[in-house]
Amino acid sequence: MTNEALQNLISSWIPDLEFAEEESQFLNIIVAPENLHQLMTELKINSKTSFDYLFCLSGVDWQPELGVVYHLESTAHRHIVVVKVKTSDRENPVFDSVCDIWKTAEFHEREVFDFFGIKFNNHPNLKRLFLTEEWEGFPLRKDYEDDINMVIK
Amino acid sequence: MIITLSITKTIQDWLIGMMPEGVASILAMVIVALIYLAIFAVAGLYLVLLERKVAAWFQLRIGPNRVGYWGLLQTMADALKLVSKELTGTIKADKFLYNLAPYFVIISSLMALAVFPFTKEFQAFDINIGIFFLIAISSIGVIGILLGGWSSNNKFALIGAMRSGVQTISYELSVGLSLLTMVLLTGSLQLSEIVEVQKEGWLILQGHVPAIIAFMIYMIAGTAETNRAPFDMVEAESELGAGFHTEYSGMKFAYFFLAEFINMFIIAAIATTVFFGGWLSPFGITESLPWLGIFWFLGKTLVIVFLMMWFRWTFPRLRIDQLLTLEWKYLLPINLVNIVIMAIIVWLNLTIKF
Amino acid sequence: MDTTIVKSNFKSEEYFINMGPQHPATHGVLRLLLTIDGEIIKKVEPDLGYIHRSIEKMCERDSYQQIVHLTDRMDYLSSHINNEAVCLTVENALQLEMPDRVKVIRTILSELTRIASHCLWWGVMGMDVGALTTYFYGFRDREMINDIFEETCGARLTMNYNIPGGLMFDVHPNFVKRTKDFIAHFKTKLPEYDTLLTGNVIFQKRTKGVGILTKEDAISFGASGPVGRASGYSCDVRKHHPYSAYDRVTFNEAIKTEGDTFARYQVRIQEMWESISIIEQLIDNIPDGDVQVATNAVIKLPKGEYYQKVETARGELGVYIISTGTKNPYRVKFRSPGFSNLSLLNHIAVGGKIGDLVASMATLDLVIPDIDR
Repeated sequence: MTNEALQNLISSWIPDLEFAEEESQFLNIIVAPENLHQLMTELKINSKTSFDYLFCLSGVDWQPELGVVYHLESTAHRHIVVVKVKTSDRENPVFDSVCDIWKTAEFHEREVFDFFGIKFNNHPNLKRLFLTEEWEGFPLRKDYEDDINMVIK
Repeated sequence: MIITLSITKTIQDWLIGMMPEGVASILAMVIVALIYLAIFAVAGLYLVLLERKVAAWFQLRIGPNRVGYWGLLQTMADALKLVSKELTGTIKADKFLYNLAPYFVIISSLMALAVFPFTKEFQAFDINIGIFFLIAISSIGVIGILLGGWSSNNKFALIGAMRSGVQTISYELSVGLSLLTMVLLTGSLQLSEIVEVQKEGWLILQGHVPAIIAFMIYMIAGTAETNRAPFDMVEAESELGAGFHTEYSGMKFAYFFLAEFINMFIIAAIATTVFFGGWLSPFGITESLPWLGIFWFLGKTLVIVFLMMWFRWTFPRLRIDQLLTLEWKYLLPINLVNIVIMAIIVWLNLTIKF
Repeated sequence: MDTTIVKSNFKSEEYFINMGPQHPATHGVLRLLLTIDGEIIKKVEPDLGYIHRSIEKMCERDSYQQIVHLTDRMDYLSSHINNEAVCLTVENALQLEMPDRVKVIRTILSELTRIASHCLWWGVMGMDVGALTTYFYGFRDREMINDIFEETCGARLTMNYNIPGGLMFDVHPNFVKRTKDFIAHFKTKLPEYDTLLTGNVIFQKRTKGVGILTKEDAISFGASGPVGRASGYSCDVRKHHPYSAYDRVTFNEAIKTEGDTFARYQVRIQEMWESISIIEQLIDNIPDGDVQVATNAVIKLPKGEYYQKVETARGELGVYIISTGTKNPYRVKFRSPGFSNLSLLNHIAVGGKIGDLVASMATLDLVIPDIDR
């Protein structure tokens, strides 16, 4: 499906979705945290979109917002879409987990939790993946400081 | 003094001339034991070297080539290194059993060596139940492995030890039954007697089809008995680290290591004695020179040892359930049928004799 | 990681075993917490981070040229392809069209890297199932590729041969001849691999029907590379999103439908044949031309987001760069194939024996620095 067709289809499911195509080679969808799980489920199960392959899940610190970027591809239709979700709550950022939709998300969300401190509701095993449990702070956030281990240029 | 090939008797006769009979026979035993110990400690080291050379040959390498000419002193150097190493262990290990285990393994394998006729009359202990003695002694080693694995307080070692127990108990049956098949032919358990019978043709020829089947089963089960690849479930270094001897170091580790190689030699030596005429030369070409029998015996044994090394460096390892399936579902039934076939052949006198 | 069991959900027969971080089968510093009942695996929980260097964070302070060098240290067995991924991302962002010579040379080197990586994998695979000899056969052939790399790139493992804007310098004059020699040699040696391991009854018994991954699960777990293709999931980036010179060569995507350990093994063997074919198609007519396109000394990507996938020896590597227009990237994310492939280990290993776990893990072909980044 082309990007326009995708945009038309997806915008009919949930109101208040933001679409963007500039500054990226894919169609970007920005969704509010409360609609995230609903949108993702629809993207996966709808036979017209059938985004069954979550190939990249990245946490991003947009300053001041924290967010997660989901890169989705359909193995049947071979189209790609990027879903972004953001929150300005830096103390306790929470999104819904998508690991019930794509199993790969379990590890990727743990990685995001580890480095960005973003929590995921309904995640079966949300704990630090790479760092030790007692590690303070979330290293990939832009405001993270570590005088010993970081070389600031 | 007449030096005959019967070393026990020679030494005993020599000693009796100097001291009372009782002391002399005990001293003779000690001396013979020490001679065997020295010979086979060195022989074990050279088997290790042989294995390393064979492995290198299989693996496009040169192998040990720095210590001594052609690396001949490499394993000596390794042994010296192991002697000088600290004996480490886990804190919570059962110290007594942990220290006892290596001796079980090495003693059981050295004991088995006593009964082999290396050539005519060159035999430390010509017991009349030779084969039975060998089977009995070779199962003692597994106790050492079980003790070592259990007492080291290491889960990997424990898994290895349990695997070893399962494996040895299973394959002991096949070793025993395949040798029993051959005993049907010889009518004797005494090893010197078994060799004597083969002057009419090696048993593998005398017994033809069932003997060949028995030999194949014996080789498979024998390899499993020594815990070598493809049956090295006990060590399985890609699964268990080092298995039962994970926590052993220095000389205690060396005992386990040496015992493996001496066991391999024993399995090959049994095969030589029972299937390939022991120290007898092919077609009796050197019958007038009995001392040459040593070379025939060692030559045949080394060929079989090489066969076992060949297995080790080409085959992948079995999984534990496949290992047991092979024994209980294939080898054991085939073996039982084979005994019946052999019995029929002996009964109808269908053996091939020259 | 907290390994104490506060509230025991265990049955009394189950126990923990700690596989790694120093364990021969985990090929590096991967730690697996296994829950075992006798020999049967009940749960596999990977514990990562033993060599995490936070490459993504380091990228945020480095320039684009410097990032390339960090990627060598991720999946060191496909370092050339990793370099290429970053370079392609930067070049696409700058809208630089690479000369044909660059594209072809990159493709040849990528395929050589793939063969080298699979050779090593094959050796280690054999070792993991207990056949120690395979290791040396694999290394014999890999060594020849390393020599070719050494002559051209000056390095055997971490190549750093790609730079944003082309190649660092032209290939060595011997390159074509040596590559042809290698291909001729390897064509006679690859059948040896089958003789030694593939056809072995014990090996087939150990791998067939072990660690089965269905196509649906493969896609859901984000499996890529040979792992995905062995489950019948067509996921070759070279086919679906061609880059460099992959659009001008013909090759078959190695696909099996069994999804077991043996299928993953066969896919990799098949891939080596395909790589040979790709190199043969390109090696005789490497176009003349420049090996570099002039770039600014300080590369600044236009504001925006860039994503590039490439097919490494292990699967799909994604490079996701967010730029704000400065000389440093704002955020770099590497979607590494090993990370996703590791996440399905628990799924395929549960219910098998310890030996099955080792065999399945070997065919996932995990490179730990790739997972830990």
